Amino acid sequence: MVTLQLNHVSARYGRHPIVQDITTPCFQGGQVVALLGPNAAGKSTLFRRILGLLKGEGEVAISGTNAERPVAYMPQETGAKAVLTVYESVLLARMQGRSLKVQAADLAQVDRALSELNISALGERDIGDLSGGQRQLVSAAQALVQEPDILMLDEPTSALDLNRQINLLGVLRRLADERNMLIMVALHDLGHALRFADAAMMLENGRLIACGPTADVITPTLLRQVYRVEARIEPCSKGRLQLIVEEAV
Amino acid sequence: MTTESIATTPNAPDSQGRAFYRSQVFRRQMILAALVLALFFSLCVDLALGPARYSLGEVIAALLTPDNVSQQARVILWEIRMPVALMALVVGASLSVAGAQMQTILSNPLASPFTLGISAGASFGAALGLAFGVAIIPTAIEYVVPINAFLMAMVTAFLIHALSLKRGVTVETIVLLGIAMVFIFNSLMALIQFFASQQAVAAVVFWTMGSLTKATWPKFWIALGVLATVMPLLARHGWALTAMRLGDAKAESMGVRPRSLRLEVLVLVSLLAAIAVAFVGTIGFIGLVGPHIARILLGEDQRFFLPGSALCGALILSVGSVISKIIIPGTIIPIGIITSLVGIPFFLFLVLNHKKASW
Ligand SMILES: Nc1ncnc2c1ncn2[C@@H]1O[C@H](COP(=O)(O)OP(=O)(O)OP(=O)(O)O)[C@@H](O)[C@H]1O
Ligand SMILES: [Mg+2]
Repeated sequence: MVTLQLNHVSARYGRHPIVQDITTPCFQGGQVVALLGPNAAGKSTLFRRILGLLKGEGEVAISGTNAERPVAYMPQETGAKAVLTVYESVLLARMQGRSLKVQAADLAQVDRALSELNISALGERDIGDLSGGQRQLVSAAQALVQEPDILMLDEPTSALDLNRQINLLGVLRRLADERNMLIMVALHDLGHALRFADAAMMLENGRLIACGPTADVITPTLLRQVYRVEARIEPCSKGRLQLIVEEAV
Repeated sequence: MTTESIATTPNAPDSQGRAFYRSQVFRRQMILAALVLALFFSLCVDLALGPARYSLGEVIAALLTPDNVSQQARVILWEIRMPVALMALVVGASLSVAGAQMQTILSNPLASPFTLGISAGASFGAALGLAFGVAIIPTAIEYVVPINAFLMAMVTAFLIHALSLKRGVTVETIVLLGIAMVFIFNSLMALIQFFASQQAVAAVVFWTMGSLTKATWPKFWIALGVLATVMPLLARHGWALTAMRLGDAKAESMGVRPRSLRLEVLVLVSLLAAIAVAFVGTIGFIGLVGPHIARILLGEDQRFFLPGSALCGALILSVGSVISKIIIPGTIIPIGIITSLVGIPFFLFLVLNHKKASW
């Protein structure tokens, strides 16, 4: 089973240290890990560091996989203009590092990724003509289609309507449960994190200030400290934990 | 669930998206085939035209069974016209592929060997040889001008590469650097013309107009050899190059290394452009127009866009060569003038009639 562990990981842009000394427990395939923190906390930077797109001290240990590229990544910005259809752009993500010859199995993966996200009907559209939410779903499909062992998504629901937010997070949950993927997802909606994630990491100013089971990380005390809001966390009538925000302080 | 059945049986009936994709692939293969046919036709017409006219039938006969035609026809068609006609194809393809990949890696619709200063550098090198007899590397007199042009084109390319490696230099800055190169070389050219003899000035001006008439078999083989070497190297990066059009962040997320890919491809296409310009002079706008036509016809998937750019560039220059022979019978107008005069209005027509914004 695939595992991911960070040991004293840091990252910087030029000379500015952004993410500092992050150490996590060993995350495993089948887990959904929420990456939380206010704007500019360093979530995107940490993703780029894990992927090796940024340099820095410390060690990113990935094991239990023999895939050549075990990690797929959905970046935060998703806009692009090119003469490509949605179908082509997803196929493109699938084919990186493979031969120029497209196999039927590759097309089947593209179909699967598109239908899982309910965007099969967009296949023929040009990627330049999509709405913001559609672009975000296509970007998610580009990550899914790679069939990675570890899937990292940077705020994948930020442009989606309520139905599509829940659907996308449900797809991620299923990928973890049924295909044993390790999912790491940056979220601003803490309610979604409580509902879909097994574990959470809370970043503030580039440091990891809490890490563990989601309900242990998202607490009124921490919310007051990091997000400066008064909030309660209570089970609803079905016993699911709900976040109720009173006011900003 | 339906998604499962699609995933586990690749031979299941095509989904809507896949059916469209397949029809798109088929259409593009047909377009490529049509381009090849058009190219062959244009080549035959190009061979037929000249001071001694031949019918298309005679040309095809001479191509298929050279031994059955008259000695004179064989010499004219095979020894005199063939290298020129084939050179048009190879140079057109080289310039167009160079432009296509410059546009791809720099995400700029205006990038081309011309706008990045590579053609201007070549002209400067050629002018040094033509006006003052300067040979950067001493060689046979026939090759002094092409070698000068080639070396200056490569110097320009490496200057741009070196500057682009500086921290903080973005893709936009590279295009600006290229335009700065164009202006610098144009000034240097003016300086040369100021000091050179009248005769030398005429030679320089003629060279910068671009002309296929100096093509010979050896020059053709060199240009073809470079094209045949570079194309597979580019094709190897086909998927990565297509991904570059989605922006660096997206390409990186797919495992592409934009910086190193950009460098490698810039070197390869500079070589392509430098060779082409060195042998035939400045033939403007093929490197700009060829890729744009290919993009409109075939989209930007490099599996089709790369060969499509090559074919479009070859076809434009071949047709240009035909036009340059028939506008004023008995006179071959320099091809560079034709490609600009005919190519630009055609290009504008295409761009203005194509509503899709893709940059
Ligand atoms: N390319 C860059 N060069 C220099 N500094 C950067 C760069 N990208 C981000 N930063 C800085 O790094 C810090 C962390 O940014 P990051 O994008 O990781 O935050 P984030 O947690 O993803 O925020 P958000 O929730 O807004 O997406 C910010 O202060 C930002 O200004
Ligand atoms: Mg971010």
